Amino acid sequence: MTSIREVRVRAVLPIMVGAVVLLNVSCRRQPRSEPSFFPASNEVAGWATTGDMRTFEADDLWKYIDGDAERYLKAGVQRVSTADYKFQNKVNATADIYRMGNAEGAGKIFQSEPSVDGKQIQLGDGARLSSQSLVFRKGAYLVRIVAFEESAETQQALLQLGRGIESRVARG
Amino acid sequence: MSAMRSSNRRDFLKKCLSAAAVLRASGTMGLFAPAEQEAALTKSKVVIARDPLLRGTGATVDSHRMLSLLDRSMQALFDRDNPTETWKKLVRPGDTVGLKVNTLGGRGLSSNVQLVEAICERLQEAGIKASDIVVWDRDSDEMEHVGLHVSTGGNRVQCFGTDRVDYEQELVTHGSVGSRLSKILTQRCHVLINVPVLKDHDGAGVTIALKNMYGVIHNPNKYHPNGCNPYISDLNMLPEIRTRMRLTICDATTACYEGGPGYKPEYSWKNNALIVSQDPVALDYTGWQIIERKRAEKGLKTLEGDKRAPSYIATAADAQHRLGTNDPRRIAVVEV
Repeated sequence: MTSIREVRVRAVLPIMVGAVVLLNVSCRRQPRSEPSFFPASNEVAGWATTGDMRTFEADDLWKYIDGDAERYLKAGVQRVSTADYKFQNKVNATADIYRMGNAEGAGKIFQSEPSVDGKQIQLGDGARLSSQSLVFRKGAYLVRIVAFEESAETQQALLQLGRGIESRVARG
Repeated sequence: MSAMRSSNRRDFLKKCLSAAAVLRASGTMGLFAPAEQEAALTKSKVVIARDPLLRGTGATVDSHRMLSLLDRSMQALFDRDNPTETWKKLVRPGDTVGLKVNTLGGRGLSSNVQLVEAICERLQEAGIKASDIVVWDRDSDEMEHVGLHVSTGGNRVQCFGTDRVDYEQELVTHGSVGSRLSKILTQRCHVLINVPVLKDHDGAGVTIALKNMYGVIHNPNKYHPNGCNPYISDLNMLPEIRTRMRLTICDATTACYEGGPGYKPEYSWKNNALIVSQDPVALDYTGWQIIERKRAEKGLKTLEGDKRAPSYIATAADAQHRLGTNDPRRIAVVEV
């Protein structure tokens, strides 16, 4: 004989399973993001955001960096978030924040890139600054900021934005 | 008349002598099969046109100088004095012409807007209607991002990505490749002009003309193992691509010698050049050598030393593909 409680459980269980499945699908469709790591406009002096942040999960990384994605996948990338900035209406830049599986993965990417014209600087767990780019790693994160114009102020401005991101990453 | 005959005779003798020189230099004359001997008589021309003042004193490419650079490269390629005449050798009024640009690298390392405009201008002078020209890549947002503004309809040059029209439903296959092609290629282009960028590539070694066709298909991410070899060559064998391809105009104004294909300013240089050819394999071989020279200058290993020599180039030239030549003895590099 089936108790009323059993009947209720039997009726509710499929609904609960369905809800869990739906929730799971919905989470997959909605890429996770880390908005807090990108400074808002003027949080770092002179820098303003110029577009929406975009996030690409590991499976979709090729849509953002096709041809370069394999290197990140091998190093255990989980996702990348990217945002565009402008410095004092003069310098356009893009900041990419890669969330790797662990600090070793971030280190692997960082070390695989030769230091040709850049200089090592103190930022995060390791950083390279060149006239139009800043790359640094902090824990499981690898951050790359690229400027599209070169000027006397570009390098210093990149460093300021980099520090803004690094402090947010450090806070978690 | 007699002068013309004499000139023709002179040209003929000149061609015979240079062909003999090629064969002698190869040292393998007796080993060539008849077809190969015939092929050895012709060289693939690759034109490298440079303008150190392309950007004037600023960072932006000057439109007038770009047009003039394009004209110089095309005139050298086709041995013509008049730029419009060179384009008339490629296209006819009524053709629909697709310019397959490369915008994946984002701002800083994509096909230049000024170059695209210059090509469109000359195509129209050659009798192609503006609305019969399509500038395209895989994604409209990426195109917008680099300054190629989306434009559809009306009597103007069309500019949009495959995202606007989708890929064909049917898979087309050749060798290792099975893909759905962009409807822009299959339904909007009789003639394809390839406008890639000169770049290092983490997987393939380099990405120039042949690799730019990855932007034509729905599943490029499947074709990166083994240095993209033989995928790149197999893809370019698809009749829908091969029969339409007429010319490659490689944008080498800003080029990348390491860390590609994305834009990394620390590994890029302002090369201020165009590389033009009708042989995409010869062009890729020539571009590879330019990248190697820059790597050497910067103290980096060769691509082979870095275990990523672009082996796909030899595959593209092999007997199964014959997409062009990678034999430097059969490539005539002309610098203007």
